[in-house]
Amino acid sequence: MSDAALQSAAPRIDGVWTRLRRRKIALFGMALVVLIVGAALLAPWIAPYDPFEQHFDGLTLFGEPLPPGGDYLLGTDLLGRDLFSRLLYGARTSLFIGVVANGIALVIGTVIGLTAGFFQGWIGAVLMRFTDLMMAFPALLLAICLAAIFQPSLWIVAFVIAMVNWVQTARVIYTETLSLTARDFIAAQRTLGASTARILFKHILPHLMPMIIVWGTLGISTTVLLEATLSYLGVGVQPPTPSWGNIIFENQTYFQAAPWLVFFPGAAIVVLALAFNLVGDALRDVLDPTLRGSD
Amino acid sequence: MASYTVSRLVQAVLILLGVSFITFFLLYVLPADPVRQIAGRSATPQTVANIREQLGLDQPFIVQYWRYMAGLFQGDMGRSYLQKTDVATLIAARLPASLLLMAAGIGAELVIGLTMGIVAALWRGRAIDNGLMMASFVTVSAPQFVVALLLLYLFAVTLGWFPIGGYGTLAHLVLPALTLGILGSGWYARMMRSSMIEVLRADFVRTARAKGLKRSRVILRHALPNAVLPIIAMIGIDIGIFMGGIVIVEGVFGWPGIGQLAWQAIQRVDIPIIMGVTLVSACAIVLGNLLADLITPLIDPRIRIR
Repeated sequence: MSDAALQSAAPRIDGVWTRLRRRKIALFGMALVVLIVGAALLAPWIAPYDPFEQHFDGLTLFGEPLPPGGDYLLGTDLLGRDLFSRLLYGARTSLFIGVVANGIALVIGTVIGLTAGFFQGWIGAVLMRFTDLMMAFPALLLAICLAAIFQPSLWIVAFVIAMVNWVQTARVIYTETLSLTARDFIAAQRTLGASTARILFKHILPHLMPMIIVWGTLGISTTVLLEATLSYLGVGVQPPTPSWGNIIFENQTYFQAAPWLVFFPGAAIVVLALAFNLVGDALRDVLDPTLRGSD
Repeated sequence: MASYTVSRLVQAVLILLGVSFITFFLLYVLPADPVRQIAGRSATPQTVANIREQLGLDQPFIVQYWRYMAGLFQGDMGRSYLQKTDVATLIAARLPASLLLMAAGIGAELVIGLTMGIVAALWRGRAIDNGLMMASFVTVSAPQFVVALLLLYLFAVTLGWFPIGGYGTLAHLVLPALTLGILGSGWYARMMRSSMIEVLRADFVRTARAKGLKRSRVILRHALPNAVLPIIAMIGIDIGIFMGGIVIVEGVFGWPGIGQLAWQAIQRVDIPIIMGVTLVSACAIVLGNLLADLITPLIDPRIRIR
């Protein structure tokens, strides 16, 4: 048996940057990501006002919010707080949920998909039937229900989102593990007496990395959108903690008179989700030849 | 084919049983007490205990689940705690509105998405292709409520073309359906584009061209029908994503469907309604996937069933 059969080279991750750099759309997406992450990290320094402070001059004499322009860049909300500062701090909330919830979902999905695909048999059958079952759940309804009943903190919102978001990852990882496990180099390792743990961590997992990276990136968009939706319904991140979704929730009653209170946070959500979708899609083209689009 | 259909049907039923069990379990263990909602704050412990017994909520979990399922198989979905009406009646009253919205939404989705995909494929690599693909990314990156509120502001508040919300006439249907259509179009646009590009490369298209047929005829009569077929099966899969969107869109536009029913029930911990709507939605999703699986081999004989 040749060496090549024993050591199938794991997909290259090091050349990704070079290939990614050539794609204008990917660069655009990455620029947006850097912009948003930067804004979130630097919020305390660049925010012109305290996001929680209700300014006395932040409302008109009739108690209405101020439109964009003037002292308050993007205007003020119903309580006379600076919208721009709240949006900057809201980026922190969204990214926190994006990273934590998506991280948990990714771990659950990978563990379930990997276990089912590698061991197969009854463990695999049980795990994948459970995954099928979760696919049939109306995910948003489930999340709303869980979040509404739990009186959520930031961590619980993240957890609820993770609970409904791991399913897709599990299925993708499962299919990939299944085909990897059937390949010659894995059989060769087994023959040589490699332990199960060694095969899993040294041989299977590195091959799954590209897929995990792709789904991890795309997953941030899904998570951020779900958080925004839950918060918009008032069952996600609770005020006064600013989140782009709950800013719209708080100000919706005044929407017709003060549309900027819906448009700016709405645009922020779209830009964040778009950024990670663009990067994720480019990564998929670059990293995963089997999923490559028709370009 | 027959045995495949039967096994897929059995699987679908098992999945629905699983969904019912998990939902029931979640609602049972969650720290929200429906009895408190019904009895009100000033109720005495005796009243609370009485209501609990009346509703059978003092029974162990398995007994409660068994009673629910036994009822379900006789077409009884239980009674709403607060509305004192059969859940089946409530859902039946709301379902037509949701189905109407769903049909209109899927129609809008297909019209917008397929057009985008075809145009992008025909002018592949040009500015219009890049623009449309970017647009498709934006539609999958937008939350339902943002698109809904945006359309509401633009076409109802500012231009006054359509009513702000409600139900009854065709004008009421336009904005909610358009919201769902825009949201789902990106997904279809990308699939249609790849499908069309693949078909345009196929031998039979080249043959048709070589016969000297006009380009428009080749595209409309030869390429298009073949490219659209695989997309048809995707509609079934799409239903799952759709069911989520409907809760939000119905809420924003005040559309009296099952999404609103569910949302109101969640806020009041009206468990039988939550249970009922979850099951109906799960049925729709399972049925959609089932149709997709059964239709695909009919459309494309190359896909053989094991």
